[in-house]
Amino acid sequence: MSAIAQKKGFGSALWDWLTTVDHKKIAILYLASGGFFFVVGGIEAMLIRIQLAVPDNSFLSAGLYNEILTMHGTTMIFLAAMPILFGYMNAVVPLQIGARDVAFPFLNSLGFWLFFFGGIFLNLSWFMGGAPDAGWTSYASLSLYSPGHGIDFYALGLQISGAGTYIAGINFLVTIINMRAPGMTYMRMPLFTWTTFVASALILFAFPPLTIGLFFLIFDRMFGANFFDHTMGGNTIIWEHLFWIFGHPEVYILILPAFGIFSEIFAIFSRKRLFGYSAMVFATVLIGFLGFMVWAHHMFTVGLGPTANAIFAVATMAIAVPTGVKIFNWLLTIWGGSIKVTTPMLYALGFIPSFVAGGVTGVMQAAAPLDYQLHDSYFIVAHFHYVIVGGVVLAILAGLHLYWPLMFNTMLSEKLGKITFWFFFLGFHATFFIQHFLGLMGMPRRVYTFIEGQGWDLFNFISSMGAILMAIGVIVLVINIVMTTVKNVPVGNDPWKDGRTLEWAIPQPVPFYNFKRTPLVRGLDTFWIEKQEGNKEGMSYAEPLSDIHMPNNSFIPFVMSLGLFIAAFGALYNGEKAWAVPVLVIGLGITLASMATRSLKDDHGYHIHKEDLMDHKGGNY
Amino acid sequence: MGHDTHVVVAKNKTQYEYARRKRSQTMQMQVVTFAIMIFLTFIAFAAVAAGMSAYYVGPVILLLAAIQVVLQLYYFMHMSEKGHNMPAFFLYSGALFGFTFVITFLTIVWW
Repeated sequence: MSAIAQKKGFGSALWDWLTTVDHKKIAILYLASGGFFFVVGGIEAMLIRIQLAVPDNSFLSAGLYNEILTMHGTTMIFLAAMPILFGYMNAVVPLQIGARDVAFPFLNSLGFWLFFFGGIFLNLSWFMGGAPDAGWTSYASLSLYSPGHGIDFYALGLQISGAGTYIAGINFLVTIINMRAPGMTYMRMPLFTWTTFVASALILFAFPPLTIGLFFLIFDRMFGANFFDHTMGGNTIIWEHLFWIFGHPEVYILILPAFGIFSEIFAIFSRKRLFGYSAMVFATVLIGFLGFMVWAHHMFTVGLGPTANAIFAVATMAIAVPTGVKIFNWLLTIWGGSIKVTTPMLYALGFIPSFVAGGVTGVMQAAAPLDYQLHDSYFIVAHFHYVIVGGVVLAILAGLHLYWPLMFNTMLSEKLGKITFWFFFLGFHATFFIQHFLGLMGMPRRVYTFIEGQGWDLFNFISSMGAILMAIGVIVLVINIVMTTVKNVPVGNDPWKDGRTLEWAIPQPVPFYNFKRTPLVRGLDTFWIEKQEGNKEGMSYAEPLSDIHMPNNSFIPFVMSLGLFIAAFGALYNGEKAWAVPVLVIGLGITLASMATRSLKDDHGYHIHKEDLMDHKGGNY
Repeated sequence: MGHDTHVVVAKNKTQYEYARRKRSQTMQMQVVTFAIMIFLTFIAFAAVAAGMSAYYVGPVILLLAAIQVVLQLYYFMHMSEKGHNMPAFFLYSGALFGFTFVITFLTIVWW
């Protein structure tokens, strides 16, 4: 790919990225923008920890602290973790199931650009009168009364990027149901494909409540409605229910693909078949299902009544069972394996104790009476950072090392990778482990400073020092990425030597049509089976060589998303600026016009002819 | 799957007859279903017009509505035909989740 790219001018390369519908390029777009937002969210985290490092600090003002805290959470969840995972899904899942692309390449591009413009819109709030300041949960009792436009940026930005996420989720569902290669039955799908499938189903059911909640908030704040205003017959608790009916499945949308990545890593680097494959699949589906039945455990202290609290407490504790099944299966996969402690494996080994710690505190909070004590304290902050950083972020970093050769045909430095791991891992535990005790000692979450001499000084200082270690880890990672990109040493396919699934069998760099011939899948870990039988090509084929149908690139997704981006400014300044309504109309007009263009103008794509395929080496260079 | 190259082949006599018979059967089912739906709608209006207790009429109309949705899905939106397992699975899961939320609010949640 790089050899071709260098011949092109900057303009045509940019145009290529703006119009691409290739899942492999969209994966890189997701990874790059998600990585950018990860750094932004990380800087916000550092500012938070600097402010809290010493008592009575005046590094940040109270209002600014609230904005940074809100944007840290929102950015990390919606703009960093999810897009990076979408990047891996895009890069890996079509290859893993033996498909040429996702089911709807056009929608794939649209999903990305919606996310991108939504994220940019949300972050423009910093430069346009102040960021949202009601926490990432944006409870209506706070957000309705927040002055300025911060919350408007939150609601509109998330609405746009949420639409992108929804589109991506549906796309993966259809892809996994319909595009599997012959022989790839459901029970032969690799675990990363399975977890992508279940996470996509969760997106399908969880995002509509968020969309409704955000629309209510938009109408309340910008168009004079009263859904959440109790003085006008509304109810502020409705937001909490809608948010958490979305929000709880959301954390499983994040953690399930993370589980998938770790399942792949454990099998690859223990050089063993994943232990208890069918139990793993069952546990994944069960976690997905139970994820919808527990949202009220975020609201124990709202006063739902003892019956609701008891039922939701029990349902929440039940989730520990399938999660425990997974943990034991991973341990038994390692057990007796021929283990190679590579960087991804190191992350995976670090993940198990970290995530179990987060899970245990989760069960503690599931006990409703205890939750009355823990609610809104630093114990909660410690808990969700243990599951999200100890689970999702470790998976993202592990996945970065594991899938980097697949995406870029180069290998990140193992040495620097291990240095990153140790800084990040030790820093993570130093930062968050001690926060459990801060919580138990009574420190409330979301405070911008604290008074000296309550016994919180030392622990907060240690926590901030840990954050610095994590930052060093990330800086080493960035150096690693830059060095690897500059060196640009191609590694070919199956760089880990122990790849088990189809994505490692494909020649590198991956041809733009993926598979010259659709592969035949002969079992779980199909590449491993072929290798064991001495098949040099690594694949059996299901069909003779014939023409390949490919989609055309399109600029329409970009324009469609841009229209909504423009319209959002109109909605934001509605009733305040004279130009607001015209801008709203023009923006929506652009989107509708591009939708009409897409519908009315037939685009049948093109064919790569058999004769051209025979000459194409398929990346074997 | 495969290469998406479609080859159009004309139907032979038997296939044509079979498709014709299939279509007329489907049409028959649709007409019958349509009649049932009109009848259910009539019951709903009649129940309101008869002035019965709202506590009785409300649930009855909801029940009739549910039956109409099912008929609509199966006979007009072709869910009764083969190859709709996945859409049906997701539809029912979604309905189950929605139903759980509503039941939860109606029975155990105070706010």
